Amino acid sequence: MMDYVWLIPLFPFVGFLINGLWGKNLSKNVVGTIGSLAVGLSFLVTVAIFLEFLKLPPGSRHVEKVIYTWMSSGSFQAQVAFLIDPLSLIMLLIVSGVSTLIHIYSVSYMHDDPGFYRFFTYLNLFVCAMLILVGANNFLLMFVGWEGVGLCSYLLIGYYYEKQSASDAGKKAFVVNRIGDFGFLLGIFLIFWTFGSVNFREVFALAAQYPVGAGVITAITLFLFLGATGKSAQLPLYTWLPDAMEGPTPVSALIHAATMVTAGVYMVARCSALYSLAPVSLTVVATIGAATAIFAATIGMAQFDIKRVLAYSTVSQLGYMFLACGVGAYVSGIFHLMTHAFFKALLFLGSGSVMHGLSGELDMRKMGDLKKHMPITYWTFLLATLAIAGIFPFAGFFSKDEILFHSLVDGKIIYWGIATAAAFITAFYMFRAVFMTFHGESRVDHHVAHHIHESPPLMTVPLMILAGLSVVGGFVGIPLIEGAHVFRDFLAPSITPVVHHAAAHPTATFEVGMMLFSMGVAALGIYTAYKFYILMPDLPTIVSEKFPTIYDLIYHKYYVDEIYDTTVVEPIKEGSNILWRQVDEKGIDGVVNGSAGIIAYLSAHLRKLETGFVQNYALAILLGVVVITGYLVGR
Amino acid sequence: MVVPVSYYLALSVALFALGVIGVLIRRNVLVIMMCIEMMLNAVNLAFIGFADYFKAVDGQMFVFFVMTVAAAEVAVGLALIVAIFRNRGTMYVDELNILKW
Amino acid sequence: MELIFFVLGGVALISGGLVVFQRHPLRSALWLIVNFFAVAGIYLLAHAEFIAAIQIIVYAGAIMVLFLFVIMLLNLRQPEEELRFLHLGQKVGGIILAGFTVLLLIYTITRVALPPGKALPPGLGNTESIAKLLFTDYLLPFEVTSVLLLVAIVGAVVLAKTRLK
Repeated sequence: MMDYVWLIPLFPFVGFLINGLWGKNLSKNVVGTIGSLAVGLSFLVTVAIFLEFLKLPPGSRHVEKVIYTWMSSGSFQAQVAFLIDPLSLIMLLIVSGVSTLIHIYSVSYMHDDPGFYRFFTYLNLFVCAMLILVGANNFLLMFVGWEGVGLCSYLLIGYYYEKQSASDAGKKAFVVNRIGDFGFLLGIFLIFWTFGSVNFREVFALAAQYPVGAGVITAITLFLFLGATGKSAQLPLYTWLPDAMEGPTPVSALIHAATMVTAGVYMVARCSALYSLAPVSLTVVATIGAATAIFAATIGMAQFDIKRVLAYSTVSQLGYMFLACGVGAYVSGIFHLMTHAFFKALLFLGSGSVMHGLSGELDMRKMGDLKKHMPITYWTFLLATLAIAGIFPFAGFFSKDEILFHSLVDGKIIYWGIATAAAFITAFYMFRAVFMTFHGESRVDHHVAHHIHESPPLMTVPLMILAGLSVVGGFVGIPLIEGAHVFRDFLAPSITPVVHHAAAHPTATFEVGMMLFSMGVAALGIYTAYKFYILMPDLPTIVSEKFPTIYDLIYHKYYVDEIYDTTVVEPIKEGSNILWRQVDEKGIDGVVNGSAGIIAYLSAHLRKLETGFVQNYALAILLGVVVITGYLVGR
Repeated sequence: MVVPVSYYLALSVALFALGVIGVLIRRNVLVIMMCIEMMLNAVNLAFIGFADYFKAVDGQMFVFFVMTVAAAEVAVGLALIVAIFRNRGTMYVDELNILKW
Repeated sequence: MELIFFVLGGVALISGGLVVFQRHPLRSALWLIVNFFAVAGIYLLAHAEFIAAIQIIVYAGAIMVLFLFVIMLLNLRQPEEELRFLHLGQKVGGIILAGFTVLLLIYTITRVALPPGKALPPGLGNTESIAKLLFTDYLLPFEVTSVLLLVAIVGAVVLAKTRLK
């Protein structure tokens, strides 16, 4: 079955072609079925390969299948080839599995949209590109997938292209991503220049010969990380993600929660062989991850658009994943990636269900008391929120707790401090969202209130499946008990660990104590949200009036967009204007038009030689004769 | 006895210069043509001078042909002048400036 | 001998000057005839008898007659008005340039080193010598010249023909 690994991206690609070329003429059900079936088949093939893979002994869990040689120039070769190893299999399973659920959900959610077939076309193309990204065995093919998901992200964010804000958001996503991609490309060039190859296995093998802290490795990893900050929305290139919520909700669920934004984390984990040799880069990764985690969490506290809250939550959780990788706990980062895919997709789909039931309302101030009208949505949303807050025994608890633990033990205490604070804030604002949306008094508009209804099964069934995964998904990574951390054992062959100076072996008691402490922090966050939004509903207003500057700062997202606008965008626009007006119009056009003008001026004066008067011409002839003869004689 | 060749040449130059002045100064087309004939005549004189100096008849051959061509040229030129006079009604060259810019 | 040359040369020069500076074209034509005669005389001095005869017959006898015919045909009674300041630059420039031409020619002539002259060949008269060369070495130019004359005749007739109304 592994020989057919190329089927995995092929199915969605075929789906893209069919829906793209003929989707307009097909019925909506057919289009939706083709789209979902394409991804579903990919998932089945992935599962089959996974089962076959498990039969391989752990030492030989690294299979590469070459499809064809893309470029061959001298000693350089780039191939279209897929790598089947634990890390890529996990990513493939997550991507294809969650995509299938979201496709099924979208058939119902996007039902009233006129551009239905266009949506599924783009979505299939996206899944194809993402599968190529995680399945590639060399940097170049990965970059193809990297760019492909960027393109589809632009197409899908700007899906409602008639809306100015949506098309602007699409452009913003693409441009900001481009900055990161530039760094990524520089990294790839540097890799080729240093190692002479872009194939993962060859590069990592050669890299092992370099000493720890080698300059070129640090440079490579930093450049690659720049790409990751763009794609995974970390500081400073995160600004596109909140705006990306202009796209349809399934897009937000798939691309901006579960798959595309995790590409950066995947890349760092994949290049663990390189990062483990560059402590400086790891510090950078961890620092940015931690900073982003708390930065985004604080912003999420003051947002009223339910999707924005989830967007900042995504940014924050991605920060956690990078923090994990930055302290060397790559496995934990990927573990959190997986659990996050489950509960964040669920949260987004759930918010989509809420919006669907409220005829498109997304301001939480106009929601409330939906618990009894939309029970399935409520319970699944609640499970997901418990997971993200890190409550035992839900999935998020295991993964987040592991990150907190490693940030303390393998990293610095300040990382742990920041991460814990962010965990508190996460629990707070997530439950704030739950309470504002589903509990309390109903603040829904009258005409909307009549139509509140639970969503149809095509939407609720994926919600329930994801909720189930959010509950049990953590059980593959149970700590402490020997052999129960199946996840780590499975993933180990793909990861090159960091060399720790003094591996401190914490006791089991310490670890359990840490677990209880993080649970306590989460519970405290939940209680605070309860107090603010259920017990004393006026408290938020009072607090926001008491600390107006802080509130203002948070509510306006620290004015980062405005800062970028003045420091980066405006100077570039000014510069472009100058280049256009001064250099192009005046300079270059001036030279070209000027040379024509000079000729025109000269000819206007030279034509006065044509007097029509024959004797003038005779004089000229005589003059010529005299000059030439004089010259010849005088030599 | 023999006239030195430089005398012939000096006279030739003088006649030629007179002819050039006439071509450039006079307004009447006929007079210009006459001055051209004078120039040709001056050149003939130079040829004859050299023929005398080198005692070779070839110089005189040249004069023969120059005269023939001059005759043909005068014939056609005068016919043209007649045609122009019929067309434009003027004999003066400075009034024939249609090809002015 | 040189005296004759100076006399004839002087006549040629003066008549040439008068050709250029006379008002009436008829007078210019007549002075040109005098010029031709003077030059014919100089040809005789240079042992070019045949050419002298041709000069009188063709130049003075045919070409100038043609000129006179045209002058009479075009009925130019009034003398031409000379001074037109509009083209003063042309006139001044012309004279100056003619001066340069003279200087140049004199300079060229004096600089050139002529090879030594030859002795007088035996016997043949001028006409015979010319005829000998004309029909042997210069046969082709001779024939071409006859074609040229034909062309000139045809051209002159066509150009000067009055249009039939």
